[in-house]
Amino acid sequence: MALDGVDLDVRPGEVHALIGENGAGKTTLMNLLSGAFPPDAGSMRLDGRDYAPRDAADARRRGVAHIHQELSLCPHLSVAENVLLGAEPARRGMVDFRSMEQRAAGLLAELGRETLDPRRRVAELGLPDRQAVEICRALASDAKIVLMDEPTSRLPRDSVTRLFETIRRMRGRGHAVLYVSHFLEEVREIADRFTVLRDGRSVATGELAATTDDELLEQMLGRALGPRLASSRSDGSRRIGEALLEVDALALPPELVSATLTLRRGEILGIAGLVGSGRTALLRCLFGLDRPAAGRIRLRGRDVPADRLSSGRQIRRGVGYLSEDRQREGLALPMSIADNVTLTRLDACSRAGWVDLSGQDAQATRALQPLRVRSSGPRTPVHRLSGGNRQKVAVGRLLHQDPDVLLLDEPARGVDVGAREDIFREIAALAGNGKGVLMVSSYVPELLDVCDTIAVMTRGRLSAPRPATAWSPESILEAAVGRG
Amino acid sequence: MADPVRSRLRRLARLFGPAAGLVAVAVLFALLTGAPERYLSAANLRVVLAQTVIVGLGAIGMTLIMISGGIDLSVGASVALTSVIAALALRGGASPSAAAALGVAAGGAVGLVNGAAITGLRIVPFIATLGMLGIARGAAKYFAEEQTVNAPATWLNELAVTFPSRAWLLVAPGVWITLGLAVAMAVVLRRTVFGRHVFAVGSNEAAARACGIAVDRVKVAVYVVGGLLFGLAGVMQMSRLRQGDPTVAVGVELDVIAAVVIGGGSLAGGEGSVGGAMIGALIMSMLRNGCQQMGWPTYVQEIIIGVIIVLAVAADRYRASRTAD
Repeated sequence: MALDGVDLDVRPGEVHALIGENGAGKTTLMNLLSGAFPPDAGSMRLDGRDYAPRDAADARRRGVAHIHQELSLCPHLSVAENVLLGAEPARRGMVDFRSMEQRAAGLLAELGRETLDPRRRVAELGLPDRQAVEICRALASDAKIVLMDEPTSRLPRDSVTRLFETIRRMRGRGHAVLYVSHFLEEVREIADRFTVLRDGRSVATGELAATTDDELLEQMLGRALGPRLASSRSDGSRRIGEALLEVDALALPPELVSATLTLRRGEILGIAGLVGSGRTALLRCLFGLDRPAAGRIRLRGRDVPADRLSSGRQIRRGVGYLSEDRQREGLALPMSIADNVTLTRLDACSRAGWVDLSGQDAQATRALQPLRVRSSGPRTPVHRLSGGNRQKVAVGRLLHQDPDVLLLDEPARGVDVGAREDIFREIAALAGNGKGVLMVSSYVPELLDVCDTIAVMTRGRLSAPRPATAWSPESILEAAVGRG
Repeated sequence: MADPVRSRLRRLARLFGPAAGLVAVAVLFALLTGAPERYLSAANLRVVLAQTVIVGLGAIGMTLIMISGGIDLSVGASVALTSVIAALALRGGASPSAAAALGVAAGGAVGLVNGAAITGLRIVPFIATLGMLGIARGAAKYFAEEQTVNAPATWLNELAVTFPSRAWLLVAPGVWITLGLAVAMAVVLRRTVFGRHVFAVGSNEAAARACGIAVDRVKVAVYVVGGLLFGLAGVMQMSRLRQGDPTVAVGVELDVIAAVVIGGGSLAGGEGSVGGAMIGALIMSMLRNGCQQMGWPTYVQEIIIGVIIVLAVAADRYRASRTAD
């Protein structure tokens, strides 16, 4: 359940911050407010009248505009056309471009963006300008409440300053802004009041000026910030060996600013951080899916030049990757379990281009055995499996590939407790066999439990890795939200 | 930075590629035939233009459909069906204008069914219109009782003749009609609210919906307008052949799509221009005509046109990737 009892009131002319950890239900709440889907229970009132939007267009008519993380503009149209889309000034069906451009220019000027030409095509604009166009669209539709979901997560700092200037001007005009962010320092800079969500509930609300950071963190965590305790990590039996993967100042702006780390044989290195902080970009660069703009990668002591980096080559070099998006990137859902498990190393069960079907079945079954996948056999199509079993198939593919370096992005997301245990037991076994595991997770207790070393990604910068015993849930959260 | 002059220049620049292609084809065949005065003679250009009418009308409709992010594979079948219906109406004693109107309306009806299937039944346009390709072709054969339908001679036959009896027209009336409709469609797409909504739907459907645009209504309208134009192309077909032929125009949809794509249209929607599509249609006619004059077999034309389609799109992608950076 994503949401379970939220009370929220937002007043005209205020910036209201919605804060909480990953998965606390912030985005779900935004989607309810903007009419993407209806709530199961409860009611909303807008300007004293019942508010139950049928869809996004209805919400917009009632004065609620949602500015998505993934912006929703028409790239082929001009700035002015996007701002007034669906509300074009027209005479007898003909668009009045002059008055359209004037209105758009006026709105841009109100936001302090008069340098943005309303006639430019949106496809030519960078992210900060596109965001300004979306905000203008909200103003054009006379939005009473503007929902902003992590608007700064992909912005460079100077653009953040300009965005905040824009938000202050909106507040000055009497618009209410509901502002979702992980970053306390940012929230303090821009918001007046706050509501904390935790596990789908609203747990605290109040004036930011009257609340300390520690109080906010306690509400986000759901318990008092005690003395910084060492975690109760279980085994220390693994032998950490020589360096497998060395990464030096790897960068792919704007997502990834700088990451330096060393992964050794037998080590599980965890990467904590908020969604969108650049963790996925790091793994994608290391696997050759995106080409880093700067920095060095060394595998087993040998340089991997950026122009010789591709996923195919990385697989041959013994690197394996588990995508966080198993629906789209991780698995071929209509294909069978056996096909999915053996796909990266199909030559292990084929001869002269012919797939040996019984050998494929046997190898897939062997790879999945320690993970205990529940299915009616290796020929079952993956789309018939539950989420947990699908994830096990994705992990099983890595086991079949047998790489030295495993890059795991959220290996236990959306997976039940039993499947989680199976997956992590197998990851630990791999490390025990001298593999190196680099693991991204949004779930801090999981990292503290499984990893030998942890580094925290904040706004594209990776902290220096430290032993897991040197971290606590509090210190990880503080580092992730850019404090401490 | 970008002023109206610049954006207009950019639009012209997008036409530059197809236009240069057209000139290149003309020059190439003028030299190859060794008789530029014949290949580029007024008489031969009239032939080329008259031959372009059907694909040209289809390309106007297809530009609209493809900008909205859709596709229509039933063009050829619609042309056959509407040519049969117009011919049957003439044979049954209807006035020429009534017969033409009936043919055009039949095309619109086919488009309405396409649009309804796409929006109501949530079938992707490729499949919905692939089904219609079979249905309309079959219906044409049913109405024509699997024969050609001979129509009495009327002024309708004047529409597509190469040398019009009124010499001051210079080219076939169908050419003027096509040109007029192309200009009208270009204005609709550039200047009207409907046209901009078509672009918005093709550019980002979710955004268009969130902004309160009636996306389904726009899509149905797009297929109906497209169908009306395909119906008119069918009337032209009937006019050229002086009969309704249920087996005619097989594969015309591919020529029409090729014309739109050569002219800068994208299968992904949001892009395309009527002017470009008209040039694309002309390029293909000039090529066909040139190959005929060279006495080359039709398979050479087919290969050349295939190569040109691929090169045109590759050039467009290359330009897009350069401007994106």
